[in-house]
Amino acid sequence: MNVLLYLVPIALLLGLTGLIAFLWTLKSNQYDDLDGAALRILPDDDIGRTNEGA
Amino acid sequence: MAEIIDFSTFVERKPDGTAHMTLAVEGVGCAGCIRKIESGLNKLPGIVDARLNFTQRRLAVDWRDGEIDGARIVKTLQQIGYRAHPFAPERAEADETRQAKWLLKCLAVAGFAAMNVMLLSVSVWSGNVSDMTPETRDVFHWLSALIALPAAAYAGQPFFHSALRALRARHTNMDVPISIGVVLALGLSVYETAAHAEHVYFDSAIMLLFFLLCGRYLEQAMRRKTRLFAGNLASHKAEFAHRLDGKGELTRVPVAALQPGDRVLVRPGEVIPADGSIIDGVSEIDESLVTGETMPRAVAAAAKVYAGSINFSGALTLQVGAAESGTLVDEIERLLQKATEAKSRTVRLADRAARFYAPVVHATAALTAIGWLIAGASFHDSIVTAIAVLIITCPCAFALAIPVVQVVAAGQLFRSSVILNSGDAIERLAEVDTVIFDKTGTLTLPDPEVDAASIDLAMLERAARLALSSRHPLAVALARRARQRTPYPGASEAPGRGVRAVIDGQAARLGSAGFCQTADAVACESDASFIFFACGGETVRIPIRQSLRPDAVAVTQALAARGLDLIVLSGDRPEAVGPVASRLGIRQWHASLTPAAKIEAIELLKSQGRSVLMVGDGLNDAPALAAAHVSLSPITAAHLTQAQADAVFLGDRLAPVLRAIVVARRARSLMKQNLALTVIYNALAVPIAIAGLVTPLIAALAMSGSSILVTLNALRARLPMRGERISEMRVPAMTVPMAEPEAKTRGPMAPAAVELMS
Repeated sequence: MNVLLYLVPIALLLGLTGLIAFLWTLKSNQYDDLDGAALRILPDDDIGRTNEGA
Repeated sequence: MAEIIDFSTFVERKPDGTAHMTLAVEGVGCAGCIRKIESGLNKLPGIVDARLNFTQRRLAVDWRDGEIDGARIVKTLQQIGYRAHPFAPERAEADETRQAKWLLKCLAVAGFAAMNVMLLSVSVWSGNVSDMTPETRDVFHWLSALIALPAAAYAGQPFFHSALRALRARHTNMDVPISIGVVLALGLSVYETAAHAEHVYFDSAIMLLFFLLCGRYLEQAMRRKTRLFAGNLASHKAEFAHRLDGKGELTRVPVAALQPGDRVLVRPGEVIPADGSIIDGVSEIDESLVTGETMPRAVAAAAKVYAGSINFSGALTLQVGAAESGTLVDEIERLLQKATEAKSRTVRLADRAARFYAPVVHATAALTAIGWLIAGASFHDSIVTAIAVLIITCPCAFALAIPVVQVVAAGQLFRSSVILNSGDAIERLAEVDTVIFDKTGTLTLPDPEVDAASIDLAMLERAARLALSSRHPLAVALARRARQRTPYPGASEAPGRGVRAVIDGQAARLGSAGFCQTADAVACESDASFIFFACGGETVRIPIRQSLRPDAVAVTQALAARGLDLIVLSGDRPEAVGPVASRLGIRQWHASLTPAAKIEAIELLKSQGRSVLMVGDGLNDAPALAAAHVSLSPITAAHLTQAQADAVFLGDRLAPVLRAIVVARRARSLMKQNLALTVIYNALAVPIAIAGLVTPLIAALAMSGSSILVTLNALRARLPMRGERISEMRVPAMTVPMAEPEAKTRGPMAPAAVELMS
């Protein structure tokens, strides 16, 4: 049963990482415009350009 | 004409010298639009950032103050091809957004905890039947406690807060038994863990919270979506006013920016932007949105006018002012207040169930403990069994049974162009047995239509094309019939009288009888207004009347077929109401009613035990809408009226009224089914719990099983209904396909509506 000593903490840590990642996405407003995000990847006018902000 | 437009009420200035404005944008429908709008604006000098939220169809713009202004941004968008309306987000909307984020956080925490506790619980369950040592089990239980306790303390807040609020107000809701159940389950589990017991309920408690938060979040998301949509529509409707300053210069300002005492110029064909009194000018105004009366009223200096009326013939200067006592608006406000106070508080189905449920559950648990004590069990075992009863009856399914149906039904109504203002409207709509319609703007379309039956088509086309040169509302209605959309060259308008032009070498005039030099009397039919057209020695009289909504006859018949009593209560004249009622086959109709008389009629029906649905749009209907059991109004309704309605419907058709009732009735029967399902579940599970046979495994299975069952049942509301195809019903031939390049004066922006709903 010694294996539990590190398996259980690893499992919890993985779960916790997921939770923190989700809370971070929530905090940075990534769910505000779900439909827009799906469309914004379509135009490829950014190819060939460098350092284009916004 | 170079006008100054002032958007400053919508601009938010920041200390670092930048300004921010939010705009609701119409016509956004594809990926290209995002790029076009954003890059188009970012090219302008002075713009810091422009970002379009595609989901909400809203654009956020930041710019350096002084280098560019709001008007320029709106103009640029117009040049790119999008209409944009400055937008001031309501406080309620911001609150809802914050609430949604909080619920999502709670949901995430509960989800994380439920999964990890389950990981430990499943190990314990399988360990219990194989070779797990008690020490390992204890470690797992303590680990579960470590995860579940803080998670429940955080994720349970929405329920704990609501339960405390209810208890403080000395009544109970569904959150009270939920909170008690969760707290007891956790408490018992900690105690049992300390006592090295075999069974703990951390997983049940945290899973319960997870399921309930899912339901709560969905419900909230639906509410937020409708509010957002309504906010956009309101901004699309927002009108502008021409404000006169001290030097007599005109500025175009949003109506929201008008202050009492401002002087406003209203040109012919424009909507009067605010309540006030006329200080200069003579005209006729159409007050059908205010009183339901379709005959124009002649007004001159010192007359009181109300927002939403349409100015017909002459330019008016008006002083914006809060209505003095004794005016119509004042009377309506007073009636409204009374009606809202008198409105009996309907108890929602869920609350009624909760009121009954909580005492029964708690009594059962107490009796279980006492029963086992009498039967000779130890004090510890009796309490454990009693708490198991509480856990198994914890109203997970109960709390989901109604909200989930509500969410699904509200989503369906949303797709059929009905936007709910209040959450419990669905239940009340289902109880309706009498439908009262207002006439003007509700049964009839808000904009008048040409009755072309008796007119030569060539003459009509010429008249319609000539009408393109006029801004008079009757001419605007006629102009919609023009196939050729270019005005005649050289057409000139005599304000308040008519337009003249030379057509094919012949002098032509369109306007009043006097203007066209005809002696035709206007007496015969009084439910129509007339516009005259003289060309080449021939004169025709073109009747323009309020036409019924295209599917009004079919919808009223369908409503009557469903056993609903239909009544028309109108503020218009009897000779205008009678024909409409008889065409719709409605026998009960009353005309020339004051707002107070409408309320009296509703009160009378209520005292006979009827549940009344009021459908109305005028300012004069607002008190009646508040007094009725449930109310609907078209999106074209007066602002005050719309605020009173439980739901608003879009478009030219009346079908949403029927659809709302049908969907609500089905939703109600599903709610009842769901309640029955949970009762059956409890009837099966409670005896097992009382017998002391519930293990955590059984509790987990029973609770998730019943929750999934009611959710699936609620989803049945989305299945197509038997024989219900009203949305595809054929449009009767009385509507003509009309070219409509520009938005109507009062109409909603239908394409935008369709986009957002897709």
